[in-house]
Amino acid sequence: MNIYVLLKRTFDTEEHIEIKNGLVIEEGAEFIINPYDEYAIEEAITLREKHGGTVTVVTAGTESCEKELRTSLAMGADRAILINLEDVQEADHHTISELVAAYLSKQDVDIILGGNVSVDDGAGQVASHVAEKLGINQVTAITGLKLAGNNVQIERDVEGNVEKIETSLPILMTCQQGLNEPRYPSLPGIMKAKKKPLERIELKDLDIGESQWKPKTETVERFLPPPKEEGKDIEGEAEQQAKELARVLKKEIKVVGRGEDS
Amino acid sequence: MTHHVFVLGEMKDGTVRSVSIEALAAARKIAGNHPVTGILFGEHANENSDIMIQHGADEVITADHQALRQYTTDGYSQALLQVLPDNQPIVLVIGHTAIGKDLSPRVAAKIGMGLITDIVSLEVVNGKPIFTRPIYAGKAFEKKTFKETSGLVTIRPNNVEPLPKDQSRHGKKSHVQVNIKDIRTVVKDVMKKAGGGTDLSEAKIIVAGGRGVKSAEGFKPLEELADVLGGAVGASRGACDAGYCDYALQIGQTGKVVTPDLYIAAGISGAIQHLAGMSHSRVIVAINKDPEAPIFDVADYKIVGDLFDVVPHITKHLKDDASES
Repeated sequence: MNIYVLLKRTFDTEEHIEIKNGLVIEEGAEFIINPYDEYAIEEAITLREKHGGTVTVVTAGTESCEKELRTSLAMGADRAILINLEDVQEADHHTISELVAAYLSKQDVDIILGGNVSVDDGAGQVASHVAEKLGINQVTAITGLKLAGNNVQIERDVEGNVEKIETSLPILMTCQQGLNEPRYPSLPGIMKAKKKPLERIELKDLDIGESQWKPKTETVERFLPPPKEEGKDIEGEAEQQAKELARVLKKEIKVVGRGEDS
Repeated sequence: MTHHVFVLGEMKDGTVRSVSIEALAAARKIAGNHPVTGILFGEHANENSDIMIQHGADEVITADHQALRQYTTDGYSQALLQVLPDNQPIVLVIGHTAIGKDLSPRVAAKIGMGLITDIVSLEVVNGKPIFTRPIYAGKAFEKKTFKETSGLVTIRPNNVEPLPKDQSRHGKKSHVQVNIKDIRTVVKDVMKKAGGGTDLSEAKIIVAGGRGVKSAEGFKPLEELADVLGGAVGASRGACDAGYCDYALQIGQTGKVVTPDLYIAAGISGAIQHLAGMSHSRVIVAINKDPEAPIFDVADYKIVGDLFDVVPHITKHLKDDASES
């Protein structure tokens, strides 16, 4: 079975964001595998352990992504693909999706796993876009997965409810929190990862013209939210604090007693 | 610039969701003098056309089909593509909901138009719509626009002000036939989760607990308060990791990003990832024993105290007030 994982390198969620000249400052920041993509890697490795096959991790980016790709190999993925974006001046989600789809369209794919969303730009676009371009089925935000031959049983998170779905391969799925507990790379895993194949794909290797991947959206500004004003202390014993807060909620901010459609 | 704007409305329990009403307001702003067309699918589509018109649509297109009674990616994308006009620049607005998130990238890819998701506000500059959206879960924001005339946006619930209902508005309503085939997913069952069914991302009021709740039972007073307020219960990663509650309740940079009218954080210290997920709530109340907890940096009202002492009293006072009025 050929299992592909879509990976994104993101800012560590511990990082504060600073902006200079309209760009987020990356210098000195820690980068990680997008936490939702870790669920995808874990699920892919678990599937391979049960059903056999190969796990290939794919990302689009620059050389700096090698670190995160090696981490995924250390977790247990078999091989990694880096679609090199050094020559791409301007990219948006459309660009990345089209390039990744162009690569995958030449592969024999049974399962594609991705994160439900990335913690940096939070767009949640690439995976489903890729599924559409490949003409394959998708199920997003999965929290449970069982595979039996060609049959796929899925649980997915729908705004807090759980939807049980039955479908078949080939399929693309995006992984939601709660699906699994991603493993840490083991020391032997880290040693092995250094020797596992990491293939670089250049734009010219992909059968796709610029008109097809050029961006369809652009960012015109980035900014930090204004700092919050100092809050108001509600003092006294628990009883008094509670009484005062109840009064504030009711009288001052009028959020109490409003229905959904008012 | 031509902007015929379409809104795919969503219904829950047979009525149009608030986020779809908000989407109509966004559409009206993008469209200017151009038409806004509402789209509704499913068995309750026809009876909800007027609501869409009263909140900003000029016309409404409805379709029903066995395959549209329950959302599937295949069913909705096929129906939507049949309803949208060919070869004409359009903007499509959908809620940033489970359906909107699942459907929008596929439709954008299929039509070949740009997609900007999870917008919280918009402005129109020289006829061009510019959308503001959070990045890094709200640690920063960006403004984005389409490079071409057409595009698709999804709007975050609770952020765009809806237009007041105007019963004098009338518009054309057309019911169309759609052909749907080859649905590749079968929805076998939907299990309602605890929490009353109010989705966190759409909830107007959230009462959230952290490690300070100490156990699954510790969520009880928070649930009672949420009940009185008509809100939903959320949690920090700490509480989820400790096994006090389900990951579906997690709020933060991993988990749900929320912007309710009122956010009450009880026993949550306020790790940066949690703050990213909730700090743009309109009013924030923090209850924590530790006066140095970072949650107080984003709180509008600060209560230093034990949540188990304070929260039940708040519930009691709100209940008493309710019975008086």
